[in-house]
Amino acid sequence: MPALAVERWAKSSDLPPDAPVVLTVEGTHGPIIHTVTKAAATRGARAGARLTDARALDPGLVAVPADPEGDQVLLQRLAKWAQRWSPLVEMDGPDGLRLDISGVAHLFGGEQALAQDVIDRFAAIDLTARVAIAPTAAAAWAFSRFGGNELAPLHVSALRLDPDTVRTLERLGLKTIGALAALPRLALARRFRGAEDVVDALDRVFGRKPEPLTALADDPPPRSSLRLEEPAIHPEAAPQALERLIPKLVVELEERRLGARRLSLHGFRVDGSVATASVATAIASREPKHLQRLLADKAAALDPGFGFDAFALVADWTESLGAAQESLVEEPSGTRNLARLIDRLTVKLGPRAVRKPQPFESHLPERASRWRSALEHAEAIALPDTSRPQRLLDRPEAIDVIYATPEGMPRRFVWRRAVHDIARVEGPERIAPEWWRERSTVRLRDYYRVEDQAGRRYWIFREGLVGDGRGGAPEWYLHGLFA
Amino acid sequence: MSRVAKGLSIVAGGQRRAANRPPDGPNASLFAGRESWAPAKAGTRAGWTLPRPPSPTLSELFAATPRDGGWAGFLLPQVDRSKPVLWVQERMAILESGRIYPPGLGIDAIHVEARDARAALWAMEEGVRCSALSAVIGELWGDPAALDFTATRRLAVASERSGVPCWLVRLGATTNLSGARMRWRIASAQSLLNSLDSRAPGLPTWDAELFRARGFAPGRWSIAREADRFHLVAGAGGRAVGEEQRLTA
Repeated sequence: MPALAVERWAKSSDLPPDAPVVLTVEGTHGPIIHTVTKAAATRGARAGARLTDARALDPGLVAVPADPEGDQVLLQRLAKWAQRWSPLVEMDGPDGLRLDISGVAHLFGGEQALAQDVIDRFAAIDLTARVAIAPTAAAAWAFSRFGGNELAPLHVSALRLDPDTVRTLERLGLKTIGALAALPRLALARRFRGAEDVVDALDRVFGRKPEPLTALADDPPPRSSLRLEEPAIHPEAAPQALERLIPKLVVELEERRLGARRLSLHGFRVDGSVATASVATAIASREPKHLQRLLADKAAALDPGFGFDAFALVADWTESLGAAQESLVEEPSGTRNLARLIDRLTVKLGPRAVRKPQPFESHLPERASRWRSALEHAEAIALPDTSRPQRLLDRPEAIDVIYATPEGMPRRFVWRRAVHDIARVEGPERIAPEWWRERSTVRLRDYYRVEDQAGRRYWIFREGLVGDGRGGAPEWYLHGLFA
Repeated sequence: MSRVAKGLSIVAGGQRRAANRPPDGPNASLFAGRESWAPAKAGTRAGWTLPRPPSPTLSELFAATPRDGGWAGFLLPQVDRSKPVLWVQERMAILESGRIYPPGLGIDAIHVEARDARAALWAMEEGVRCSALSAVIGELWGDPAALDFTATRRLAVASERSGVPCWLVRLGATTNLSGARMRWRIASAQSLLNSLDSRAPGLPTWDAELFRARGFAPGRWSIAREADRFHLVAGAGGRAVGEEQRLTA
């Protein structure tokens, strides 16, 4: 954006657009021109000149103080906004943005269309944008400032060298990039060293040296930290630090209207290592007591090693949480109460031990109900299915079955070394394997609900049929217990 | 007629046993001064109701054998389905008699797999203090050292304070000292006649023995659940066709 400062100023001023205006910054010997409008440029004013010199050429110039900090803030906002085209955006100098558009251009109909889209969008907010797309960032910088579509004829200042180096090169008669690139590298490297590294600039522009983008950081997560004057090795240090850190973090969360879903306490040891304790919550929370209770045990278990000299409490994962008054009395509402219970259980027993059922579209009993962490959201449970048992063994257990005929009803079975005489039986309920995800040798199952002489009810199945070509004689398994 | 007489005699026998029971020291003091635990009118067959505590408390339930899952059918109808249930299973209980299977239960459950009895009891106690739950059900295997009188007493007090009923299910356990207000022993019994298919299992019945309760006469009943309440059925030997049809109608 070659005219960012001027255009930003023009938006907020009431001077006519063709007024000869220069934006000035304070220099050592009086005001220096920062940027100029078109009208001022035609009257001889140039960026970098002293205001008095420009006034000598044309006394009619209007001088307005520039605001580089404000421009920087605008550029930062524009960089955020430019993430509409690509997630990798970097601010480049005081007036440029760099976008990594690898694999992005086709979404906007090709590189040409993307460039046009960028120009149009910036024009819509009254900003002039010069866009160049090139395989290397340095080349894109050169094309966007100097135009053209080939590097060789461009002036050496397109290499983004400092002015002294450019002047030296000009004196040597090396005016274009092409002329410079034709010279032997060794000679160039010997002549230009240190800060004025011409070889390095050439390598970057021709892509022989990578120039990665540093993407814009997102909003930093809410964080509070505490420095200790001396390293603490007492195990109580971490819980005590937590006590001080949590109120600070909660204040920040409140200001940003966030609630923590995951909290990490980092203890920085003197030997340069970091110990971390993390907890997750089922719903966003910024209640100091609750958060403290969750983290206290884990904080006490942090190994101080040679001693902690600093602590930081970071809310890694946050969700927006409006200001809400819980209630007048100290009795929290139902869902929140439940979420806190889940948090406490999960912190102590681990996320794999505290789970909620999740129905799943499958006929196979063990797949029809999945378990997921209670911290996550799960679908509601349907009404009970009376054909399904109340308890299911994690692995079906092999049983010995006596039957009248191989395809007939079972008569008696032995499960865990005890004989069960079957008094009543209902079935079979045939459940075929899911051919779209299982091997072709998986056998079907015939489920029977059986009741033994004592009235205990089980869910047993025969795996396979005689002569189905998928193995030998069918085997029997006990899979569930009915209430 | 003989069946009715038999049922009565069973109940009467239970009362007689209760009268002979010596008062157990720590438990007796627990219930002193609780007037609300009025004696139930168990004994008449027509107006029989399942003894239930007047306010939420800790009940203990012994499965007759760990390979019998019938107790769940006795317990589940007594749980309020409007709120979630915390179901705590000790690892050993899962290995021995299976993990709960939500499609068959049809309740909104939060399942906790505890690695030992201590963790299970801790989770139960946390759950009992949370009024957003409708019940806490905990399954423990055997007689762990952590499950002593103090632990059960703590659960009972917490449950009564917060109004969340708590069920302690004991699998493969002996009836040791406990602070539970009601102690049941549940075994499956032969199911009722299935009117659609005489060879298939019908409505489940249970042989339920209330062997320790405050305010109720202990007793042993053969019960089935139908039309949202528990009924008495006669024992397996003395069952008549008419009776079964009346109950299965």
